[in-house]
Formats: sequence, structure tokens, C-alpha cells
Amino acid sequence: MVDFTNPKLLAENIDFFYGKKQALFDINMAIPDKQVTALIGPSGCGKSTFLRMFNRMNDIIVGTNHTGKLLLDGTEIYGPETNVVQLRRDIGMVFQKSNPFPKSVYDNITYGPTIHGQKDKEVLNSIVEESLKGAALWHEVKDRLHDNAMGLSGGQQQRLCIARALAVQPKVLLMDEPASALDPKSTAHIEELIGELRKDYTIVIVTHNMQQASRVSDYTAFFYEGVLIEFGETTQIFTNPEQKRTEDYITGRFG
Amino acid sequence: MRSELQGKIIVWSIRATTYLIVGIVGYLLLDIIVKGIPTISWEFLSGFPRRSGAEGGIYPAIIGTVYLVLGAIIMAFPLGMASAIYLSEYAMQGRLNRYIRLAIITLAGVPSIVFGLFGLGLFVLFFGFGASILAGSLTLAFMILPTIIVSSEEALQAVPMGLREASLALGATKWQTVYKSVLPYALPGMFTGSILGIGRAAGETAPILLTVAAFFLPRLPKSIFDQVMALPYHLYVLATQHPDTEKVLPMQYGTALVLIFIVVFFNLTAIILRNHFRKKIQW
Repeated sequence: MVDFTNPKLLAENIDFFYGKKQALFDINMAIPDKQVTALIGPSGCGKSTFLRMFNRMNDIIVGTNHTGKLLLDGTEIYGPETNVVQLRRDIGMVFQKSNPFPKSVYDNITYGPTIHGQKDKEVLNSIVEESLKGAALWHEVKDRLHDNAMGLSGGQQQRLCIARALAVQPKVLLMDEPASALDPKSTAHIEELIGELRKDYTIVIVTHNMQQASRVSDYTAFFYEGVLIEFGETTQIFTNPEQKRTEDYITGRFG
Repeated sequence: MRSELQGKIIVWSIRATTYLIVGIVGYLLLDIIVKGIPTISWEFLSGFPRRSGAEGGIYPAIIGTVYLVLGAIIMAFPLGMASAIYLSEYAMQGRLNRYIRLAIITLAGVPSIVFGLFGLGLFVLFFGFGASILAGSLTLAFMILPTIIVSSEEALQAVPMGLREASLALGATKWQTVYKSVLPYALPGMFTGSILGIGRAAGETAPILLTVAAFFLPRLPKSIFDQVMALPYHLYVLATQHPDTEKVLPMQYGTALVLIFIVVFFNLTAIILRNHFRKKIQW
């Protein structure tokens, strides 16, 4: 196992339930700062559920509950004092299906900053430029900032969603299969971008594409039927897994 | 070959049904327009009725209907919108919510005379508004409320979940999400619901019969506590209660035409508003 003295995110004894159905079993995991951690496993293994716990997106699903502790920089994500709105500013998310607002590119980026009270036009302009540059989209859209975002290509829309998440200056970026609906070229683009973003952000990415996990991540966690089977450095997981089930999965024997 | 013939027969029968329906509605409209137009005159539109409506105009009834419909929409639209937002976005999606929904749908199908009696009991008598514009508008508002709630809720549900998630994930509060990322895209659909409501409110006779409509009142209301005449009730009176219904037939056609025109006018306004909001969304 990996030794982390100062993890960005920490899960302790996490059980998670959809109603009576248990989806996660006693997950213990430490996610290091400014690294890319990939969550892999077959469909329904709980990896997305686990990811959505960090920014409490599961809160909007009726009948879910959990036990155990989840920490961001040592403070409890599900603590009674925790402000969900503030938490979601600190932990941004990119979804599987790109979901830009049917507004202009500019308004998509400024959505987060404006609801958090930023009114200064100059500041907003620079946030738009910074975020789009951060998501490697600036050069493609700088002349059509006021065009509707729905007119962008699928890959551009997904990078816009990343830029939109960056605009609120999160510490952590959660990505739920961000490239699964994209063509190979756009996927390569996103993967390249993740390589850039890891310098400044802690990234947790769910993917069902093992090649992708091995290409973009520093650490990999393998989930199976709601249990964290193995967690370690990506190179170790893919070349020398400790668990038989991990080996079976990454060599394509099941899943 | 046989299935091809079958297909042709089916297509032709549904086509014939459509033409038949269009034909019936078209004939009705045409009949009213053709027989109504000769009655329409400046005096008819702007004059006061004389001799129980056998002569003169229908001005007070036009004004009455416009007031009642406006009053009903002003009260029902915000109320309906608020309940739809609550049911769709805030309420727990459990059994209670399903029962509330079922009750609302049932309410939409309750006969209008029942709403009329409800209005008579609650607004006219219990609250002491008397037979008045206020009581009539409130009754009409309650009658069209279920339609507005149901269609508004459908419009809200049609907004993709992804937009809500995107907004929440950016740190928006629930209300910011509803206000900025759900409502704007649901508004056109909500207007469609109120369009249906407007048509019903303008045309119903039973609810206003018991709560506001005057048999013969050749003057304009001074406040919302006054009685008014209204087009559908006036039409009913002319057609059934008048001592010489044959003689006032032209007046009936004229009144019917004006009523249809007013409904079309309200609907057009709502459609224009809806398209205006729809144009702002560029999916």
C-alpha cells in the first residue's frame, strides 16, 4: 500500500447505501495532493458513487446514506459544520455527459464566479481567459466567446465544462468518465489536458478505460462489487498487482 | 401485399378522422364568423345593452370577461408556478408527493360547476366578498390552477438533470440553481399550460354564474367588489333565458364571435410571450 503522510482526501471506513442496497463496503483510502488518482473497475462497482461522495452530489439522490468519515484537508466533508456550497467550490466536478448551459461560452465560465458574488467586469474577463487557457480551449473559442456553447463540438463542450469548473478555483477536480462519450482525438486532447492540470490540482478520475488510467494517473484504485480491492501506484497496479482479482481485471479476464 | 393494403387503410382512416375533426371545428367557426360579422358594429362593441340585451351592445360583458380572465391569470400563474417548483424541485419524491400529484390531476378534471359552488361557499359567502369580480376571478383561478401546475411541473421535469448537477457542482445553492438553470428553460412550457388555462377561464359559464356574473347590468364595475356581466353567461342568457330567443339570434352570434376573438387574443399574447422566452434559449 501507499504511504501518505498528508493526504488531500481521506476516506475512513466508508459504507454507502442506496436505500437498503449497500454500494460501498468499508472503503479506506488516502488520495495524495496534486496527483492524479484513477478509480477503475467494472460497471456498478461503486467507483462513481465513491467519486460523487467527495462533493456530496449523492445528496440530491433520495434515500442515500452512509457511515464512516470522509475528509478534505482534515475537515469532515459530511460534518455538521460543513457548508455544502463552499465544499463544492473547493471540489469541482466534470461529468460523463458534457453539460454546458445553453448560454454563451462566456456566460458558462462566469456562471460560478457570478453566483459567488464576482461582479467586476475586468475580473470576470480575466477569469474567462485564464480558465479557457487552463482547459486548452482559449485559442479555439476566443473569437466566439459570445456564441452559444451548444454550438461547440463534443470535445470542446467537455473542455468548456472543465474550464467552467476551473473558474471557481477548486482545489480538487473530480472527473466522472470525462472522455467516455468522446472520439479518440478529443479523448487524447482531454488526457493531455489532465497531464497539465495535475501540476495545480488534485485530480480524481473515474474511468472504465484501463489504458486511459495507465496513461494519465499516478495512482490507481481498483474497485470490485463495492469493495476497494487494491490501491497503489499506477505502474505497480498495472505491472505487478498484488491481488489476483486486480490482475484478472486488468488483463481483461473479466469485467 | 396484404399488410401493405392494411397500412394504407389505416393511414386513410386516421387521415379521414383528422379531416372530419378539422371540418367540424371549421364549420362551427365559419358559421359563427359568417353569421356574427353582420352584428359586429361599433355600437355593438362599445355600447351598453338595452331591453335585456335584445338591443344595444355588449361592452360591459367584454370588459367583465377581460377583467375576470386577467384576474384569474394574475392569481393562478404565480401560485401554479410556485407549487410546481416546490413539487418538482424541493418536495421529497415519495409517496406523499405522488398522492398530491394524483389529487391535482383529479382536481383538473372536476366539473366546473363544482368549482362554482366552492367559490360561492368560500369567497362569496364565507369571506363575504359577495358576488364580485374578486370572487369570480378567484374561483376561475382555482379552476385553472391544476392545469397550470401539471403542465408547469412537466416543463420543469423536462429540463435535463445534467444542468442541475452542473450548477450545484459549481457551488450554486438550490435556489440559484432553480432560478438560473432550471426556470429559464421551463418558462416556455409553463406558458403553454397557462394558455390552456386562459381558454378555459374565458369560456366557462358555471363558475362565474354563481360567483360574479350579472344577468343584466348595463354599467361598468367601479371596484373588484362589483358584479359584472360576462360574455359566456350573457350568451347563455340570450340563448335560453330571453323571452324571444329567435329574435336575439344575431346578438348571440355576435357575442359568440367576440368571445372567440378574445380567447384567441389572450392565447396569441401567451404564445408570443412563450416564443419570446423560447428564443432566448438556444439549445
